[in-house]
Amino acid sequence: MWSQIAEELPRFFGYHNLIFFAKALGSTFALSVIGCVVGFSAGFVLATLRMSKRASLMPLRLMTTVFVELFRRIPFLVTLMLVFFIFQGLQADLSMFSVALVSVCLIATAFIAEIVRSGLESVHQNQWDAAATLNFSYWQTLQMVIIPQAWKIILPPAFGFFVLFIKDTALASQIGVIELAFAGKAMSNKGFSATLVYGTVLILYFMLSYPLSRFGKYLETKLAPTRNR
Amino acid sequence: MNIDFAPVLDRLPYLISGAWLSLQIAFLAFAMGMLIGLFGASVRSYGPRWAQAMVGGYVVFFTNTPQLIQIFFLFFALPDAGILLSPLQAVLIGMTLNAGAYLTEIQRAGFESVRKPELEAAETLGFSRFQTIRLVILPHIVRVLFPPLSNQYILMTLGTSMAAVFGVEELTGRTYNINSETFRSIEVFSVAAVLYIAITLIATLSLAFVGKRFFRAKMRWF
Amino acid sequence: MPQLEIVDLKANYGAQTVLERINLSVEKGEIVSLIGASGSGKSTLLRVLMGLLTPLAGNVRINGQTIDYKDRAQLGRIRSQMAIVFQQYNLFQNMTVLDNVTVAPIKVKGRPRKEVEEYAIALLQKVGMGAKLKAYPDELSGGQQQRVAIARALALQPDILLLDEVTAALDPELVTEVLDTVRLLAADGMTMFIVSHEMSFVREVSTKVVFMDGGHVIEAGDPHQIFDQPQQARTREFVGKILRH
Repeated sequence: MWSQIAEELPRFFGYHNLIFFAKALGSTFALSVIGCVVGFSAGFVLATLRMSKRASLMPLRLMTTVFVELFRRIPFLVTLMLVFFIFQGLQADLSMFSVALVSVCLIATAFIAEIVRSGLESVHQNQWDAAATLNFSYWQTLQMVIIPQAWKIILPPAFGFFVLFIKDTALASQIGVIELAFAGKAMSNKGFSATLVYGTVLILYFMLSYPLSRFGKYLETKLAPTRNR
Repeated sequence: MNIDFAPVLDRLPYLISGAWLSLQIAFLAFAMGMLIGLFGASVRSYGPRWAQAMVGGYVVFFTNTPQLIQIFFLFFALPDAGILLSPLQAVLIGMTLNAGAYLTEIQRAGFESVRKPELEAAETLGFSRFQTIRLVILPHIVRVLFPPLSNQYILMTLGTSMAAVFGVEELTGRTYNINSETFRSIEVFSVAAVLYIAITLIATLSLAFVGKRFFRAKMRWF
Repeated sequence: MPQLEIVDLKANYGAQTVLERINLSVEKGEIVSLIGASGSGKSTLLRVLMGLLTPLAGNVRINGQTIDYKDRAQLGRIRSQMAIVFQQYNLFQNMTVLDNVTVAPIKVKGRPRKEVEEYAIALLQKVGMGAKLKAYPDELSGGQQQRVAIARALALQPDILLLDEVTAALDPELVTEVLDTVRLLAADGMTMFIVSHEMSFVREVSTKVVFMDGGHVIEAGDPHQIFDQPQQARTREFVGKILRH
């Protein structure tokens, strides 16, 4: 087996294959980053909506809660397939990457909305009370008092989710998106030994994920609350 | 786009027995992963330097690579070395090894959360080593670990879905089957989604109940 | 006309009644102190006045005008006529001392920054915090934070100041500086509603003392009456207990 691998190596790391892997890596990264950026923005909006107490926003709040609870409890693969088939049913001619992107954004939004909500709730009630007695509106309180204090609590787990999410994108290969996992399958189909192919893919994911996860741990220690209240 | 749930609902029992397999896979992988985690966490907290490094390497590797590719490797690459695994075996081993890494970290955090003041109190009250472990350390660790372990279990239940890629006949796998039989794609995947939501909701609520009631753990509604 | 009138006020926390048939009248410049055991409803009354808890029944009148606590616009008006200082100071942790004092007048009331800052600096100097304008709350002692909280409450130029156990969370040596500040305000003629455990201070500075128990007003009168010649049995009991040390 090892001699076979040694023999394949030069062909495997040939120019075209390297470009192919690089593009695939880029897709994986793009899916994760765009998914999380959209997820963070939309998730933030949803979280602030959920925390408001205005009666008029009740239907929106309900929909938000349903959305978040739903998309956190459906496996990535099932969400992906559903989005794929719904778009197909609507006869929308979307690329596989777009389908995957939509799925990724929906899921990231749901999970990050929870993280943001948890962070906002961790700010002590007395900050809300003080702002209320000074007649701050809900949005003023959020903007000037709560969010400045909550972002340090939100950022580490949000970043952690991003790192986790990179690995989830591997499932996009199942609808034919040319990302890293798909690249592995493709190379395997070309005849290269599975050990070489999947070993390389594992290492590539590792190289993408590990530095980011170290950075995430660094963020966590740097933003840790220095004092309570 | 015409929607017809009938063919899917006719096959509901088929799907539900698939869901049952999903639960069993998650349970087995979790249980075996817990054993690995227990061993790994003990080594990381109390073992010799070289062993700590090895466990550390295992954890770092398995938590920074996708579970799907780990199973791909087990299923497609091991045969090169002469080890042939069935799809189910590959999925189980892959999920176990993956879970083991995460559970090692979770349990290690639990071990390290034991508070010195409580140990000192136990000592001054004359507890024996064994009593301290049984009456002070263990209850505390169990209470601290219950929420993250419950969370991990729920995540793993959702994670069984990727077994479909290898043809395993759990919920998602059977969903694929019904899809190719009836072409009622939106309907069948919607029903699968609902089943997953139902399973995880039941699991979350039951675990939250058990956690609050028996362990006085700080359970969240997931 | 009394500046503040509370008529038959009733409030609940969920199923529990915490205020029952509260009747009080406060003239301009009066200093009313609420005393009583924990849970007697003293702090709750202040929270209801500020609109943090909606009353179930009864009326609150400011300068003759009845307030509807469910109306947002009216709530805004109350909060410019009355200001509260909390036991736990509740300063905004993410803002400097100066910002804490100026944020409401500027952002909520829309007054020009320069004017607000000048007034804020004067207030902070008055409470003795003029040297710490750029400090953050977690760099200050409890007494210092409380004085900033007082300045913040005064920045809105309220007619009535509510003080909710403002020294209860402080180390003993820091209590004096805060009480001195309150004495200063009293001398200036500010109408105040004080909830406090500091009995000698209450006795010294109040024009009227109200004893509460179990959500009811048991007795109200001038300090001499409440402390030396309480009319009600429960008042006598309470006063007897607290004056023993």
